[in-house]
Amino acid sequence: MPAIEILGLEKTYMVGFWRKRPKRALKPLHLTVETGEIFGFLGPNGAGKTTTLKMLMGLVFPTSGTARILGQEWTEPSVKAQIGFLPEQPYFYDYLTAHELLNYYGQLSGVPAIDRKHRIEEVLQQVGLTDVKGVQLRKFSKGMLQRAGIAQAILHDPRLVFFDEPMSGLDPLGRREVRDLMEQLKQRGKTVFFSTHILSDAEALCDRVAIIHKGELRGVGTIEELTSTVQGKVEIIWQGTVVPASMKALGVECHVSGETVRGVLSERQQDAAIDALRRERMRLVSITPLRTSLESYFVEKLQHSETTAGTLV
Amino acid sequence: MGASVLLQHHIDEIRPRATIEDVLYVSSPAIVKRASLGFNGLMACIYWTRAVQYFGNRHHDRSETFNELAPLLEITTTLDPNMIPPYQFGATFLAPRSPSGAGEPDRAIKLMEYGIQHNPDNWHLYYDLGFVYYTELKDYKKAGEAFDRGSKVPNAHPFLKLLAAQMEEHAGDFATARMLWTATYEGSHEKNIRQNAREHLRCLKVDEDVTNLQAAVDRFTQLNGRLPTSMWEVAMAENLRGIPVDPDGDPYQISGDGHVLVKNPDDFPFITQGLPPGYKRTSPVKFHSES
Amino acid sequence: MNSRILHIASNTFREAVRDRVLYNLIAFAVLISGAAILVGEISIEIERLVVVNLGLTAVSLFGVVIAIFIGIGLVSKEIEKRTLYTVLSRPVRRWEFIVGKFLGLAGTLVVNTLFMAIGVFAALFYVAHKLSAPDALIVVALYFIILEFLIICSLSLLFSSFSTPLLSAVFAFSLFVIGSFADDLRGFARVTHGITKWFATGAAYLLPNFSALNVISAVAHQKHIGVQLILQNTLYALVYAAMALSGAVLIFERRNLK
Repeated sequence: MPAIEILGLEKTYMVGFWRKRPKRALKPLHLTVETGEIFGFLGPNGAGKTTTLKMLMGLVFPTSGTARILGQEWTEPSVKAQIGFLPEQPYFYDYLTAHELLNYYGQLSGVPAIDRKHRIEEVLQQVGLTDVKGVQLRKFSKGMLQRAGIAQAILHDPRLVFFDEPMSGLDPLGRREVRDLMEQLKQRGKTVFFSTHILSDAEALCDRVAIIHKGELRGVGTIEELTSTVQGKVEIIWQGTVVPASMKALGVECHVSGETVRGVLSERQQDAAIDALRRERMRLVSITPLRTSLESYFVEKLQHSETTAGTLV
Repeated sequence: MGASVLLQHHIDEIRPRATIEDVLYVSSPAIVKRASLGFNGLMACIYWTRAVQYFGNRHHDRSETFNELAPLLEITTTLDPNMIPPYQFGATFLAPRSPSGAGEPDRAIKLMEYGIQHNPDNWHLYYDLGFVYYTELKDYKKAGEAFDRGSKVPNAHPFLKLLAAQMEEHAGDFATARMLWTATYEGSHEKNIRQNAREHLRCLKVDEDVTNLQAAVDRFTQLNGRLPTSMWEVAMAENLRGIPVDPDGDPYQISGDGHVLVKNPDDFPFITQGLPPGYKRTSPVKFHSES
Repeated sequence: MNSRILHIASNTFREAVRDRVLYNLIAFAVLISGAAILVGEISIEIERLVVVNLGLTAVSLFGVVIAIFIGIGLVSKEIEKRTLYTVLSRPVRRWEFIVGKFLGLAGTLVVNTLFMAIGVFAALFYVAHKLSAPDALIVVALYFIILEFLIICSLSLLFSSFSTPLLSAVFAFSLFVIGSFADDLRGFARVTHGITKWFATGAAYLLPNFSALNVISAVAHQKHIGVQLILQNTLYALVYAAMALSGAVLIFERRNLK
């Protein structure tokens, strides 16, 4: 049974003064997330990631389409007891302390009182907030709030967790900790669905990703599957300090360092380059395929339409 | 800070005294009632307090008019018809002429009847109604009717029946008047009402004394064929213990043409006897404070 | 009763307390003590009247202000600050959220009123030097004031579910004022004809009737309050509040949370 099945969820807002102009935040989306995987939902800002998440959480009502979460209709109240949600840039009741907040949320999630205390301590330790559990949330820094958000999302030991930009506001150490946490969740059999625009995080963590842009799904699959559709590059190193004219003619980028020259060229030019070197009697040191990063995939796939500012990292 | 206080003081001197209307805020009872948003009781307390202050201040300032007293009392009783002190105040101070009161006996009657309508079991209001008829309008018949109505109220004070009877034949008697003013004095804790009643009782004594003394002087003249030369002669003739004195402690005097006179008429604002001929009250009404 | 609703209610109460709402009790204490002490100097013969009238009027007004000022933000603040997201992602139904908020605010006001009641009785004892049986009527007046609060809370919550705080405050306060004129409105409806009569009568019955719930002056004069009135007012307040809350729930359940 898949953890999440999104069946044509769609959202169109009516904007404008008379609310007549339709604005399609999300075109009908079909997506499946399997149990036990870490699934990345990628896209630039405004792509529709948060809209999708909000619809799954029941915060926003879809224009059409349905979804199934953990085998049940997504609107079933009992589903909520088994999922956790970390919204983007979360706010909490700032007059509560971290401990009080978790206690309150625990009550609302139906965590029995006997387990609650122990569970709160456990979770606080996991996110590194044990020292400040008695401090009011209004005094928390952005990073601390993020950790509190993660804590409340996993407090009731949900089977499926939804994170919206979980790394936002964290320093590199914090990001590392969150990545470790997500790995741990996976190891314990949980499913993690997280949205982000930080590609390196997705590359490091995700089993599979979906890429969304301007409300439309642009690709789903493992990272290898996706990047293999894009032309790769090859690195070629030969001895000497000379760049043959034929190499230059191929348009290879060359750098001389020490006693070797390094050139980067596209895969299809590989054979031509090797021939050129042999003719010049250059000694080949190595040929290495450069793994395409997700970034190039992104750029290439989304090249024809403008991306919104400041998105790719 | 000091400069601002000084300036305020100067400004106060320059500005004309606050006009009468300022006292009321709003003149119409209906409007005030609406503006109270249902909190009539509290507004009534506020207006009653202002009514008393208004009267007290003007009285203290030796003012001659109390034009806003009736509206203030009317607003108070519209807001809370069950508050009794305003009716009593109206009974004492709405009817009498200036400078003792507002000079509006008809409005006083209306106020009393309004009070009776809303508090039919309060015997004191019938007394107040009768009081107005008696003291100011001198309508002893109506006074008697009011006292009679009041005597029929359950738990009414027995003296109402007595008063009703007195109105028949003895309305003009000093004893009756004294009974009424004493009842008013004892029936209220309000400072102004008590002072006023006390003053009336003092003056009543003077009127009574002068009347009796005048009768003695007439008897003397009858007997001796001439006017007495001094009070001594009268006192001797009547076998009095000494020369009669007025409540101030001053002896009564005899004028050249045989009229009994009071030494300081100004001290007795309500007397009708013992005044020198052509006497006009010049200085304002002065109440002797209770000691 | 649903434990989630209770938890939301107690959290709402906690929020109000941490918002220092209960400090209003200090202002009230100063007011009522001042009145009790000075009333003898200013208004002879009506000390009791003043203390009861002033005390109960203050309880009513302070409470209405609190009910409106906190009520209007109950939902809109949570939407604006997005604290709702993590709450609604839990097994909390939207209607439970509204009811919980309502109970929390109502509870805050009941506690507040309780403290004030002690103050009023203390002041009364001070000026009258004893408390007699008819003074128990003050409790009836306080009970009616609490019923008023229930209605106002539910109305504030209703407005909060779809309107901005400023507008909600204006609406709620306007309804309070108009509701105080309920008797006048009925009188007006009686003397008009035709369409106007329809409108006036409709308005008179649709708008909250606060004049029926205001027995302050009567209680100050120790007039008896009939059991009939108590029962009917209770029913009215509960039905009216339920109606307003249902409206709030209906609106809130359809709302897309941006």
